[in-house]
Amino acid sequence: MLDDFMVRATLAGIGVAIAAAPLGCFVVWRRMAYFGEATAHAALLGISLSLMFEFSVFAGALFVSLIMATLVTFGQGRSLFLDTLLGVAGHTSMAAGLIIVSYISGVRIELMAYLIGDILAVSKTDVLLIWLGLGAVLLLLFWRWSALLLCTLNEDLAAASGLNPKRENFILTIALAVVVAVGIKVVGVLLIIALLIIPAASSRFLGSTPEKMAVFASLIGVASAILGFNASYVFDTPTGPSIVCVASLIFLLTLTFSSLTQQFQRKN
Amino acid sequence: MLIEVQSLNIQYGNKKVLENINLTVSSGEIVTIVGPNGSGKTTLFKAIIGSAPIASGKIIMSPSLKVGYVPQVLNVDLSLPLTAERFLNLVTNRNDRGALRAKQILGSEDYLSTQISNLSGGQLQRVLLARALLNDPDILLLDEATRGLDQPGSAAFYKKIEELRESSGCAVLMISHDLHVVMSASNRVICLNGHICCQGEPLSVASSPEYRDLFGSNIDGTFALYQHNQKENKSRINNSNA
Repeated sequence: MLDDFMVRATLAGIGVAIAAAPLGCFVVWRRMAYFGEATAHAALLGISLSLMFEFSVFAGALFVSLIMATLVTFGQGRSLFLDTLLGVAGHTSMAAGLIIVSYISGVRIELMAYLIGDILAVSKTDVLLIWLGLGAVLLLLFWRWSALLLCTLNEDLAAASGLNPKRENFILTIALAVVVAVGIKVVGVLLIIALLIIPAASSRFLGSTPEKMAVFASLIGVASAILGFNASYVFDTPTGPSIVCVASLIFLLTLTFSSLTQQFQRKN
Repeated sequence: MLIEVQSLNIQYGNKKVLENINLTVSSGEIVTIVGPNGSGKTTLFKAIIGSAPIASGKIIMSPSLKVGYVPQVLNVDLSLPLTAERFLNLVTNRNDRGALRAKQILGSEDYLSTQISNLSGGQLQRVLLARALLNDPDILLLDEATRGLDQPGSAAFYKKIEELRESSGCAVLMISHDLHVVMSASNRVICLNGHICCQGEPLSVASSPEYRDLFGSNIDGTFALYQHNQKENKSRINNSNA
């Protein structure tokens, strides 16, 4: 079954979508979208290094994302312009990555695949890595869910309840680094943040609790992956961007639906 | 002794925020920390709950001390759907006694399915206090808990705290800006401005020169006003209950 590239691609898309959605909820709740984007951009440095020294692209991307995650966690509270520092670190890494790639012959054509993903080229190993990453992220989130929520609401309240907010934040950034690393094959460094925040944003008005919102986000993510994949097949469009566009369409639909029902409720 | 702070110093970078703080809270006491903005009140609280880095000194908590913390605000982002009920169930070491106290504070359960962001100031207040009571704490820490309440509202709140202390015997350590309301409700007042300026019984603190230096010379009037107001508030509350 895994010999069919269509099956592999679908499994890869679904895996990344399921992992990204609940994590994306935290990215939205905590307004970490910019951090996610800077981390994803920085991952390009890891990719270029892995191409140059011929080791796994996944490992390279994961390594650089983890460095970014560590920087942010331990830089928090120390610097007032963390946002700016993130921008500097993220985009410097990306620029350096692009320069390194230009030195490797024959890779320049491949670059597009890492920027917007190349889901049709995923190997069996890639699928395995994606599902391992998915499992790790879901386990991590499931284990720390309530603690992470409390830290999101009020770090002092979390500390008074015996939690260590710094540790919880670090767990979250590690999960984000993993999703960025496994998501690169599917939607690329430029679009992975979209797969995190768009399904989460679409499910905001569908659930009354954080848990329901996360479940709806996963469902919307999976639907976007499947529909986007099929759309790219039918219309012969690049797959990663097609998945993101389908997710955006779903976002528009839920937004319209929820504002209509709100107006309806107000009238009655 | 529930909490003992010994020669505590805290600094952020080169800025000394707290200098040589010594204080104790014994069981059943209501201790209030007053001080101007930037005097280190919140930092002292953070140090006690373990979320501020200590430069030197010690904070000794009695073994297996159960703490209930009521924060100033909740940062519920508009993107986060959260009902009051779900919030109450987030990471607590609840016990039966605590659950009962929380229930008494909450009163009606009608608003538990409401989103936190849609609660009124008073309802949010009750939810935050109820959550702090779930583990039947030995000490309650209140960080400007009456922010967002009007004067009768905060008077009623402090009355509730006093009743709670009477029925459960838990100590209370609170930060407050409502000088006049707080004074009558406390056993001890600590006047903070980077260091402890003065501490003691409410009346003696209010008449001390250090306190007057911090809060101005028209304190006499305020203090008189407060006692007058307090009675007025009480009768108003009684009337509204009747």
